[in-house]
Amino acid sequence: MTALVLLEHDGHAVKQPSRSALAAAARLGGEVHALLAGSGLAEVAVAAARLPGVTKLLVADAEAYAHALAEPLAALLVALAPGYTHILAAATAMGKNVLPRAAALLDSQPISDVSEVIDADTFVRPIYAGNALATVRSADAKKVITVRAASFDPVAAEGGSAAAEPVEAPASQAGSRFVSAELVKSERPELTAARVVISGGRGMQNGENFHLLERVADRLHAAVGASRAAVDAGFVSNDMQVGQTGKIVAPELYIAVGISGAIQHLAGMKDSKVIVAINKDEEAPIFQVADYGLVADLFKALPELADELERGA
Amino acid sequence: MKLLVPVKRVVDYNVKVRVRADGSGVETAGVKMSMNPFDEIAVEEAVRLKEKGIASEVIAVSLGVAACGETIRTALAMGADRGILVETDAELQPLAVAKLLRAIAEREQPGLIILGKQAIDDDMNATGQMLAALLGWPQGTFASKLEIAGETIAVTREIDGGLETVSLSRPAIVTTDLRLNEPRYASLPNIMKARKKPIETLTPAALGVDPAPRLALVKVVEPAKRQAGKKVGSVAELVAKLKTEAKVI
Repeated sequence: MTALVLLEHDGHAVKQPSRSALAAAARLGGEVHALLAGSGLAEVAVAAARLPGVTKLLVADAEAYAHALAEPLAALLVALAPGYTHILAAATAMGKNVLPRAAALLDSQPISDVSEVIDADTFVRPIYAGNALATVRSADAKKVITVRAASFDPVAAEGGSAAAEPVEAPASQAGSRFVSAELVKSERPELTAARVVISGGRGMQNGENFHLLERVADRLHAAVGASRAAVDAGFVSNDMQVGQTGKIVAPELYIAVGISGAIQHLAGMKDSKVIVAINKDEEAPIFQVADYGLVADLFKALPELADELERGA
Repeated sequence: MKLLVPVKRVVDYNVKVRVRADGSGVETAGVKMSMNPFDEIAVEEAVRLKEKGIASEVIAVSLGVAACGETIRTALAMGADRGILVETDAELQPLAVAKLLRAIAEREQPGLIILGKQAIDDDMNATGQMLAALLGWPQGTFASKLEIAGETIAVTREIDGGLETVSLSRPAIVTTDLRLNEPRYASLPNIMKARKKPIETLTPAALGVDPAPRLALVKVVEPAKRQAGKKVGSVAELVAKLKTEAKVI
């Protein structure tokens, strides 16, 4: 039994959700190999070979993989599949795009967003926005799995020494072409990797007011998130959305500001260790999941909170 | 160009679901059912493409129990032209759905299939990608913008770090994200008109597909409930609690 984990990277480092996928793969009980695909992988391949628990690192360095398009990556996974019983990736936008495509080509029903590994065939996954947890057993010869990163502590970034091995890129008919990307640049930690997350909702009223959250985030080295309502209203960009269909986070501390607590938002953050809610409506459902609730006008409370944290620092 | 839009009947997004006491699943008896919200966005996008003269016909497809016909009627009331119902009482998982849709796509030869990126019941986020694989078509998932020029489709995708645009050659698969559009409400005259639009009924057997599920459901449980905590009276008290009690800052 050997598992293959498709790694996600930025050309320099392997992303943290992939390290959580490696942790999930280790729970299967067999050997774990990792696949690094992209163009110009020399630097990141050195980093990836140090990931603990990985006995072999497959490196697919080709122009076709430069933008992680699903069509060539799925073809690559299918070409490698004969050597594996399990194929995994983190349930990120990339993993969710690529793995089901590979699964269909392998005639396997993918197991999406796995939050617990029971055994090599049996997994727990949230359904209905996390309002129920389903335990499912796969009868497929090859299990294709995306991993809910927030549910598995990531393996360390270093400590292993995998043997790297280049792999040939199989031919794949493209049909798709990368045109452009508008990536949001931020000095802050990534939402899915941050120890503290502070999110704003419709109560923020506009995008400019998010600077009030940023001042607090600066003090706490926090990532800044948003509810779907705030993203739909155009206050902030889609990459900040926390929720059922956005990012799933489980930080040490989650601070929800001006967020009512719709089911789909709770689905993205209710596994946080400590939840703080600041909302002027004391009936807001967010208070039902918050460890600490402050009924207050956020436009007063946020500056006060930033001041208080600065004083204490 | 024909457009195909699969629509799924799911528990309405406003319903607070209850796990059955025997762990066999989620209670769906007597619960309000609606079209999956992401599929509404898919129907809206398809209808807009028809209104712009880019699409010639919009076909709504649903798979499942007879009541899925109501979901097709909703799509017809929004502006789809006709429906196809693949009727079965079997539990359909995304692989089976993708195989059934492939069979329909081979019959109908659409230039584009638009699907919701995920259904809000099983939260699988897989069918569109799987259908693209089975047909050998390119895919543009999690779309927030769609531009069709001649034989290519530019899809702006919502990805983890922001937005990405890919160019797909037709025929292609697109799955919708939330920001693609705001679906319309069907007007009463359009609801009346939809009653007269044709719905063809097929079976998995007629399409040559074995819909047997590959994932066996062992059990369904409720997640551990979070206890509501306490209210604090001031920002100073909040910071003090986070420092000394929760020890997270």
